Amino acid sequence: MRSIALMKGVPDFSEGAVSFDEDGHLERGKTPTVMNPNDAFALEAALQTRVRHGGHVSGMCMGPPSYTSVLEEAMESVYADDSYLLSDREFAASDTWATAITLCSAIEKYQEEVADVDLVFAGFKTADGETGHTGPQTCWGLEWPIVTHVLALDIDPDERVLRAKRLVEGDVDEIETVEAPLPCMVVADPEFSPTYRKAAHRLTHKRLRAETEARATEHDEHLTTWDHEDLNLDPDYIGLDGSPTIVSSVDPIPKAPSEREATMIDADDGAGLEAVLDEMAAFAGGD
Amino acid sequence: MGADTEEYEHYEAVVVGCGPGGAAAAARLADHGVETLVLERGVEAGSKNVSGGLIYAEESAPYTIDDLFPDFREAAAERPITDYYIHNIAGNKVKTYDLTDLHEHDTDWCDAVLRRPMDSWLEERVHEKTSETGGGVLTDVRVNGLLRENGEIVGVTCDELDPITADLIVAADGVNSELARDAGLMDWEEPDEWFQGVKAVVDMDADAIDDRFSIDADEGVAHLFSGDLFEDVRGGGFLYTNEDSLSIGTVFHLDSLVEQRAEPHQLLDSLLTHPLLAQWLRDEYDEREYSAKLVPDSKKVAHREPYRDRLVLVGDAGGQMQAQGPIIKGMNHAVTAGALAADAFVVSQGNADPESAGRRYTKMLEDSGTMKKLRPRRYDLARTVGERDRVTQVVDTVLESRVGGVAVGNPVASRLLERAYNSPFLVSMLPDTATGYVTLPSVIGEEHGRSIHWESEVEPPSLEERIGDLTYDTDVGNPHIRLRDESFEASGAAVYACPVSAEDFGGGCYRAETVKTNGGEETLVSLDTQPCVECGTCAIVADTEWEHPRGGKGVEFREG
Ligand SMILES: Cc1cc2nc3c(=O)[nH]c(=O)nc-3n(C[C@H](O)[C@H](O)[C@H](O)COP(=O)(O)OP(=O)(O)OC[C@H]3O[C@@H](n4cnc5c(N)ncnc54)[C@H](O)[C@@H]3O)c2cc1C
Ligand code: SF4
Repeated sequence: MRSIALMKGVPDFSEGAVSFDEDGHLERGKTPTVMNPNDAFALEAALQTRVRHGGHVSGMCMGPPSYTSVLEEAMESVYADDSYLLSDREFAASDTWATAITLCSAIEKYQEEVADVDLVFAGFKTADGETGHTGPQTCWGLEWPIVTHVLALDIDPDERVLRAKRLVEGDVDEIETVEAPLPCMVVADPEFSPTYRKAAHRLTHKRLRAETEARATEHDEHLTTWDHEDLNLDPDYIGLDGSPTIVSSVDPIPKAPSEREATMIDADDGAGLEAVLDEMAAFAGGD
Repeated sequence: MGADTEEYEHYEAVVVGCGPGGAAAAARLADHGVETLVLERGVEAGSKNVSGGLIYAEESAPYTIDDLFPDFREAAAERPITDYYIHNIAGNKVKTYDLTDLHEHDTDWCDAVLRRPMDSWLEERVHEKTSETGGGVLTDVRVNGLLRENGEIVGVTCDELDPITADLIVAADGVNSELARDAGLMDWEEPDEWFQGVKAVVDMDADAIDDRFSIDADEGVAHLFSGDLFEDVRGGGFLYTNEDSLSIGTVFHLDSLVEQRAEPHQLLDSLLTHPLLAQWLRDEYDEREYSAKLVPDSKKVAHREPYRDRLVLVGDAGGQMQAQGPIIKGMNHAVTAGALAADAFVVSQGNADPESAGRRYTKMLEDSGTMKKLRPRRYDLARTVGERDRVTQVVDTVLESRVGGVAVGNPVASRLLERAYNSPFLVSMLPDTATGYVTLPSVIGEEHGRSIHWESEVEPPSLEERIGDLTYDTDVGNPHIRLRDESFEASGAAVYACPVSAEDFGGGCYRAETVKTNGGEETLVSLDTQPCVECGTCAIVADTEWEHPRGGKGVEFREG
């Protein structure tokens, strides 16, 4: 099995890491980049496939050179064999459409120059954009089938089909089982959980972990960077110029107004505490 | 389970448990080129294990741990034990005997160990070795039973994995072995077949240890304690020096704990706060970990034919834990047995009879003299006399009388007694009565002892604090022990004997509650497994459905 796991860097929205300017705009430069949290599920699915069926996993990411850290993180968590960074000034400010064109070209180049691909794994929505378009659009470009909201995955390498349990959202959530021929794209649901019920799979998992730990320390040696020329892309059709999406305006969520003033009272301050009690008495209905 | 076993995963050998017994078996199997899978329920080997722990390399043993793991002493052990004493205590009076002769009898070397660092080191070595022959070690996996085909044992079933078949199954799953029970080889019924060990690992600077015990950095010391400091509970205490900590604990006959309704943590505290220990502990007592575990008494339970079909029992699982008087030898025998089981399998490979490995293993235990150590014949002989209440009573009466006191108390007697204690022959004959553990040591202490005038400033943590300091990954909503009978008659003993429960403590595992019934009152027992340290005691003393938690769940020891 040969898989590509797509991933994206997003600002680290976790408490303490994220940085906003005075107007409440995100300061990209000051906020560290981390892997899009939903991509972790895609990586788990790619790893499960790799552990159960052997083969090779490549991590692929479009973004500035600083996104190498995301690929490195992925190498550690998905035990990826190598990394591909699609990076070029011309790619900047791509919307989902332009991103999909770029990814699609990269996957095609990979198929021509590296190896045939059986599976492409993508995450479910990014934490910064929340559109959920990129995966399906890329797949449309490749003319492959796509299975989304995957909860569990099983592959029959001989028959060259995958069977997946997927979540069907509706008034009542249902789970359906689908079959699709390879090559295929898989979008893992956040509920995806890998299962390893065979000792041999767990031993492989353990071996891969040890191998990857060594590999990730020299990540750069396993990194290939492609720019728009490598991918044979016309700058007019990618990046900002190739992005039909127009963001009319972004409304910052206003800070909640605070009308109350805080008064600090020391715990040892008897008079102060008495005043507090007086204040509270009214609410407690006491006197 | 008449299952179709064709489709199952198969390994030549499956070893359950990665303590010293499992590690030895697996390493030896891998050395023979056997494809070996090791399944360990802890997050890491050692995270479930407790011992005192002195590991012995006996001169007469066919295998010692450094035969199988050459760097063992350097990499995984604490200090070598170079001095060995027993203190006979009567109140504040203490008479100390030097037991170095007994300790050195048949001993090539002996090191203090802590089980988490020791076993996790072994796990890595075992994984390296077994990986080379197509297997490896998996942690977080609990084997929950035996797989049978047409009534014959052919493999194991697990919580986390699909069933696995094997040509050899090594049950090295320790005391309260669920596999030995499933195979019908061991039962968990009689409290007098077990000891309960409870232990505190106490933080202490390496320099302070050297200084307070008057030893060099590459030396270590063992102190044993017996006499009246544990009231009438049969058993004793120990203190061993590690590199930068002390292991201090107690080992008691489980039946005696139950009879006396003693609280294990309080007995440990009696030792910790005895004035004799003040010279070493001083006033800054910092407990790193509280732990407990049952220990089988090989004299009574070591299985003489520890196999069934393709299954062999190794170490504590087969009851191979020798209490040679005050010296406890379990780890070394587990190592020997594990290696012998591996050898037995290899020589009988290709034999169509599934029991040929087990039979040969039994013979090897016998021929190597291991079984004789575990089940000394002279103990069986002495037992029939020594345990007769009347005889004991007479001896005790004499000892406690003025005549006895004078007899034991004269200087010649003292020398003789020291020599008697140092005789491996005599100590292995000690009957399991209060005479050996309580009466004699306290008479010796009383008659020969010097009074100690130190004051102990040690304040051991409360049970609540001890539980609070432990690490747990609780399997919420899925308790591993269930009470079958909640009446006090059936299960009340656990309220006392459980090392993390106490009569008036609401935060432990077992509690007794008086409830009103129509017309009267009844005392019922309730159980909360959250603070459980998986010692195994209530499997024996209460009416329970007892299992270990599933892989990775439950308590996680850091020291052991
Ligand atoms: C307080 C105390 C003091 C002691 N002092 C000494 C001493 O000084 N010297 C000495 O030699 N011995 C001593 N012992 C005894 C010694 O600890 C044991 O005899 C020894 O550990 C036995 O080794 P083993 O390999 O058979 O079992 P263990 O060391 O108990 O190993 C069993 C392993 O199996 C794993 N396991 C259990 N069930 C399962 C399952 N279902 N599935 C998967 N894995 C499982 C456990 O997690 C564990 O790692 C002492 C014991 C105690 C409690
Ligand atoms: S509940 Fe049972 S197994 Fe757990 S610590 Fe108490 S006595 Fe030991």
